Amino acid sequence: MPDIQALVNDFILKLKRRKIEGSQATARQTAELLRAVVSHQRLPYTNQALALLDAVRDIGEQLIAANPVELAVGNIVRRVLHIIREEDLTSVASAVDGLGLSTNSDDDDNFEHDDHPILSAAAVAAAARSTLRAPSLQTLLEGLPESALAPRPSSSGGDSEGKSKSAERKKLKHDVIEAINELIQDIETCHEQISEQAVGLIHQNEVILTLGRSKTVKEFLFAANEKKRSFRVFIAEGAPRYQGHVLAKELVAKGLQTTVITDSAVFAMISRVNMVIVGAHAIMANGGVIAPVGINMVALAAQRHAVPFVVVAGAHKLCPLYPHNPEVLLNDLQCPSDLLDFGEFSDCMDFSTSGGSPLLHVVNPAFDFIPSKLVSLFVTDTGGHSPSYMYRLIADYYSSDDFVVERRIKS
Amino acid sequence: MQFDDRTRVEKAKKRAVVSQREVRNRVELFRHLPQYEHGPQLPYLESKFFHLGHIHPSVYKVGLQYLTGSSTGGNARCKEMLLGFRDAILDYSTPPEKTLVRDLTSKINSFVSFLIECRPLSVSMGNAIRFLKSRIVKLQPNLSESEAKSNLISDIDHFINEKIVIADQVIVHHAITKIRNGDVLLTHGHSTVVEMILVQAHELGKQFRVVVIDSRPKLEGKTLLRKLVMNGLKCTYTHINAISYIMHEVTHVFLGASAVLSNGTVYSRVGAACVAMVAHSFRIPVLICCEAYKFHERVLIDSICSNELGDPDVISHVHEREELNHLQNWSHKENLQLLNLVYDATPSDFVSMIVTEHGMIPPTSVPVIFREYGRDQLLFF
Repeated sequence: MPDIQALVNDFILKLKRRKIEGSQATARQTAELLRAVVSHQRLPYTNQALALLDAVRDIGEQLIAANPVELAVGNIVRRVLHIIREEDLTSVASAVDGLGLSTNSDDDDNFEHDDHPILSAAAVAAAARSTLRAPSLQTLLEGLPESALAPRPSSSGGDSEGKSKSAERKKLKHDVIEAINELIQDIETCHEQISEQAVGLIHQNEVILTLGRSKTVKEFLFAANEKKRSFRVFIAEGAPRYQGHVLAKELVAKGLQTTVITDSAVFAMISRVNMVIVGAHAIMANGGVIAPVGINMVALAAQRHAVPFVVVAGAHKLCPLYPHNPEVLLNDLQCPSDLLDFGEFSDCMDFSTSGGSPLLHVVNPAFDFIPSKLVSLFVTDTGGHSPSYMYRLIADYYSSDDFVVERRIKS
Repeated sequence: MQFDDRTRVEKAKKRAVVSQREVRNRVELFRHLPQYEHGPQLPYLESKFFHLGHIHPSVYKVGLQYLTGSSTGGNARCKEMLLGFRDAILDYSTPPEKTLVRDLTSKINSFVSFLIECRPLSVSMGNAIRFLKSRIVKLQPNLSESEAKSNLISDIDHFINEKIVIADQVIVHHAITKIRNGDVLLTHGHSTVVEMILVQAHELGKQFRVVVIDSRPKLEGKTLLRKLVMNGLKCTYTHINAISYIMHEVTHVFLGASAVLSNGTVYSRVGAACVAMVAHSFRIPVLICCEAYKFHERVLIDSICSNELGDPDVISHVHEREELNHLQNWSHKENLQLLNLVYDATPSDFVSMIVTEHGMIPPTSVPVIFREYGRDQLLFF
């Protein structure tokens, strides 16, 4: 499929050059690309899901490598992998259903059948789902291996030869594409879902502080404003991108009382603030947040003054990984000229006087890591959650086998 | 003065030399502070130069420098003010039928109120004025005018020399003992004492690296950075937002101060509190370098009650990056306020040590300094 490969390469190039702004856009485009990959993938008669998983994983690996800092890419790849697994399971369930009582088939992995040969198909499907989902106490006690995730689709090819074979092949693909479409829909509408909760969290005459500009925060504040809640907003400008100015402009245009402050005045002003609302770049599995640079400072100040620190983020920003040294490893160092004009200091940059190494370094990191203990509340499209609950929420969206997206050694 | 009291503001306006216009969108929280429009006073004052006879030209010059912002920093402002007063005293002659003590005091008072109109006084300047006035009052009545003047002038010279110049040298001497080879020192903004410490430590051959944290809108760190790099120090430069990123490698934080208050609160350039807070959360010692004449007995627990507001328009203007000036024509909007705080108050628990010429003390011992040395000894000799 040359056209797909071209699309993928194009997207990888965009990621590498940091051409795509914002994790929502990245997430949507990733999902669209993976949808194209799925729809163009030729599937064999057997092991359909495995082939699909391999294809997606293959592309996903390349995409993640293109910009490892943009965690939304990896999240969407994992979501799609999870979707394929889920759809495969339901199709198995329906296949078993369609076969009526022929549950004594030679299914190699649905070994529960061996124990309970007269289980109804629905129960089989439920059991299979439960193994895919988070481990429950029952499954733990039964000591089920992770075989539910092992090559399964042979079952559908097993005895229902003939008439329904090609139909089912189409069906899996069709279902997966349907589900990806739903995912794209979710990504697009996440702001609406989040901002619905705004009225419940913002009271009359509240003073809110935010730093920089996040689209989610903007929609959140707009929603509260539309419901006739009146409140004032302090915006720290968020140097060196100064996106706070853009947000201020947008809020003022909607008639909100807005005050722009410098980033350095955050500590001075936070004592008069009732709530901090910020957007995030990614939410990690331990409840830590990767957010635009400067927000850790705000979070510390908020903690010092016992001001609630609320992070609003769509579900596509939930990352199932646990961070290790995120300040360095999940950070992007950007162009120093944002901070210091090269021409201004060119006379000081004489390497010869300092023995070859430059005297002056300029650091311009893009992200901050906020540990989970500084966060009071996460607001996602599924509602408000405390940081300690994040790992569980993540288990709803991802299957644990996909946490590491890398090519498996094919046996 | 209370600027939220309308009648008082009206009265003060009538007395004022400088015509001030309030900014249109005042920040509600800071109604009690002067929020004037910056910019139009300067041409006004320039045009009135020959009409304001009662203000000495040297003092006038100092006032203009405050107004334009060409002289900033507690020490520099205090020094310039004292030198202005020194010139005024040199040229002073007691008018007939008046006594020197009374007339000179009222003269100094009028100078001071002029300077306040140009820019609110800093604590250091307030202390210096208090010193000068008490010296005038304490003059022996039997002294001749020239003797009294020369006494006062030598007092002023003494103050500048002892309380600022020598004090700085002692502070540098103390602080350098805390710098070891391999250290990474962080500083914020541009403090002259910290600059002296860093340069002298480098000259002594200590091997260390400096992180300069800068913050908008003044970007004073650039001046410091340039001086340090010119002296051959290894520097890292970044904005205050990246403080949590850079703090991992830092071993000591050195900050200057505009004033140290008696509850241990350090009143300094806005952003210092953020730096100290992040350093505190990383368990990194914060050393405040401050001359003892900047100590004040008043207390402060937040940065709102007492502060200074700078020109709000510089917030919307991003220096040298025109593409980012999103708020260029938005300052007239009624809902939009721009707040340019100049100072903030660092709570004493973020401060590990205060380095003064009297030694290195914990912030809890600031009132002890007052007690032991007394107000008089702190300022006088």
